[in-house]
Amino acid sequence: MAHSAKSSVSYVRTEMLPEQAPPVSESGLVKWVRENLFSGPLNTILTVLSLLAIYWVVSHVFQWFAYGIWTANSLSECREVRNALYADGRNVACWAVLSERWNQLLFGFYPAEAYWRPVVALIVFFIAVAPVMFNFGGRKLAIFSAVSPFICYWLLWGGSIWGPILTALGFVLAWLAYGQITRKFGALAGIVATILVPLIYWRFGVAPLTGLVDGILPIGIENIQSKDFGGFMLALIIGITGIVLSLPLGILLALGRQSDLFIINKFSVIFIEVIRGVPLIVWLFTASLLLNYFLPPGTNFDLMLRVIIMVTLFAAAYMAEVVRGGLAALPLGQYEGADSLGLDYWQSMRLIILPQALKISIPGIVNTFIGLFKDTTLVVFIGLLDPIGLSNAIRATTEWNGIYWELFIFIGLCFFVFCYAMSRYSQYLERKLATDRH
Amino acid sequence: MSEATPSIQDREINRSQMKVTDEVAVEIRNMNKWYGSFHVLRDINLTVNRGERIVICGPSGSGKSTLIRCINALEEHQKGSITVDGTLLSNDLKNIDKIRSEVGMCFQHFNLFPHLTILENCTLAPIWVRKTPKKEAEETAMYFLEKVKIPDQAYKYPGQLSGGQQQRVAIARSLCMRPRIMLFDEPTSALDPEMIKEVLDTMIQLAEEGMTMLCVTHEMGFARQVANRVIFMDAGQIVEQNEPEPFFTNPQNDRTKLFLSQILGH
Ligand SMILES: Nc1ncnc2c1ncn2[C@@H]1O[C@H](COP(=O)(O)OP(=O)(O)O)[C@@H](O)[C@H]1O
Ligand SMILES: [Mg+2]
Repeated sequence: MAHSAKSSVSYVRTEMLPEQAPPVSESGLVKWVRENLFSGPLNTILTVLSLLAIYWVVSHVFQWFAYGIWTANSLSECREVRNALYADGRNVACWAVLSERWNQLLFGFYPAEAYWRPVVALIVFFIAVAPVMFNFGGRKLAIFSAVSPFICYWLLWGGSIWGPILTALGFVLAWLAYGQITRKFGALAGIVATILVPLIYWRFGVAPLTGLVDGILPIGIENIQSKDFGGFMLALIIGITGIVLSLPLGILLALGRQSDLFIINKFSVIFIEVIRGVPLIVWLFTASLLLNYFLPPGTNFDLMLRVIIMVTLFAAAYMAEVVRGGLAALPLGQYEGADSLGLDYWQSMRLIILPQALKISIPGIVNTFIGLFKDTTLVVFIGLLDPIGLSNAIRATTEWNGIYWELFIFIGLCFFVFCYAMSRYSQYLERKLATDRH
Repeated sequence: MSEATPSIQDREINRSQMKVTDEVAVEIRNMNKWYGSFHVLRDINLTVNRGERIVICGPSGSGKSTLIRCINALEEHQKGSITVDGTLLSNDLKNIDKIRSEVGMCFQHFNLFPHLTILENCTLAPIWVRKTPKKEAEETAMYFLEKVKIPDQAYKYPGQLSGGQQQRVAIARSLCMRPRIMLFDEPTSALDPEMIKEVLDTMIQLAEEGMTMLCVTHEMGFARQVANRVIFMDAGQIVEQNEPEPFFTNPQNDRTKLFLSQILGH
């Protein structure tokens, strides 16, 4: 270049300026407060008024919360303790209902000597999902994750260990049926066999086989009936099972709805529309009342199992639509890219399409999970003792008649903790899976 | 001469391996395709021998993309026959997957998988379709990434690369399957001018190694220098085909003349 730095032709910068920090008034807390709270006379007045209102509410509610009474055996005892402690007659919470009914709120009428079983089941569950949730571990952990549902089932309901083992065998049969029938009779027959074979086996094969093997080699723990399940344990069992099962089912339904195969497509569409178009509470009543008419007489099909199936199907229908949204958001080029490399349908779905579609759908999926989990409280209407049901039962006793807030605040708080945890996890997952901006 | 790519004319092209053989790579006979009632491809007849470099051009909407997408069954044809490497394209999924794994394809918008790293993009198909061991697939991938001159990007994600780099990764990804035929559908049309050259360079390099190529492109410089045959399509038909020199200097069909005058700006 011919121009020198001192050229008189025009001004030419010879040195680039370094970046500078913005002035204090343009950054940090000062800026935020000024812009958001005191940006004008009206805003300033509103800010001050709001602060006063917040102070008033917090000071009253805080007192109620913090001075609450934790040890008492009934509401009247609570009041006596309060009158003895606080002469000013202030209103305070009676948390004693929680400490006194703690076990019941958590476990319902589950036998006390078996409380360890649901706890262990929950730990097993977390160990099983951790590798999936945080993406680590190898084959061994994956196998553990696969068998963990059967371990949890056995821990919770007890009985002969052969029941869960022989039930699990149904999945192996389904897998075998898929391989064999698909090879011999084609894809459609394969899918039908995959669904029918295990269903027939579970309906007619498991019970006699279990009896047989148990007769030879009895191994088991005390059997506990579903009617004794209750409290947060019940909500968690229904919620977690529904969440874990509804995602894969929803994915299959979403794929089915996109499928070119006429029967699979129509089945998925009808299933989704019918299940989604009817309120969950109706399905729960169906589960509790009507199914008895349809099932062969004498079958004792556990109410809780029926509820879990209904909740799962209901959530799966929503899930299918959420996932379908993700599938539709993918550019066609992704399908073509996968096809052009010779990947078959399931490979391209599993490796290319679903990872991206599910990533897009995370907020919707978690939304459905949270909805499902809170909807478990609806089972109170068909007589299951979920936390709400238990709180009704507790309030019906003479000791705790007249108590409301403490129980409902506790229940609400517990649900909030679970749902908020799910929400945070989904945000973590979205951040982790973001590959477009680094 | 083409204005868009003056630079590739500087490149000395090594023709020693660019040999057209008698072996037939793709044979298309009386092929017709409809989208609903729209007759998009009409009576296409085309034989591609191994080693040929064919450039397909024509106005937008003339069916160029549809034609080359039919060759690897991304689109279904309704009449006539397509034979690729001796395998007749039919509805049999096995045949289709076999042909797809032997025919590489590069798209206008690259179609890389954004959730996988560059290396994973390249090893995915060899591992899952060819059942190549992971280590070997990675070595192959690195070999081809080096060939397209971006081995240092192997652990990045597609979204972190420039368009030209992404298209070169897409070429490398196809090459990892060791295809015998490569299809290109306007590989440079979505790129900024300075990136077009790097992609064309890669394509020339491929041609120099004797790859059979069918390219839909409007890079006429590339067509002149690399192609051994230029095909002009209009309204779903092959209107004219010739060697590049006579094709550009002495087009026969009026539509070809019109098209060339528009695209070369004469
Ligand atoms: N999926 C489709 N459905 C209906 N018409 C289509 C579809 N894809 C392409 N076409 C039509 O077919 C014609 C040829 O398209 P295309 O092969 O993409 O042309 P080109 O690549 O030469 O621009 C165009 O008129 C286009 O509108
Ligand atoms: Mg096109």
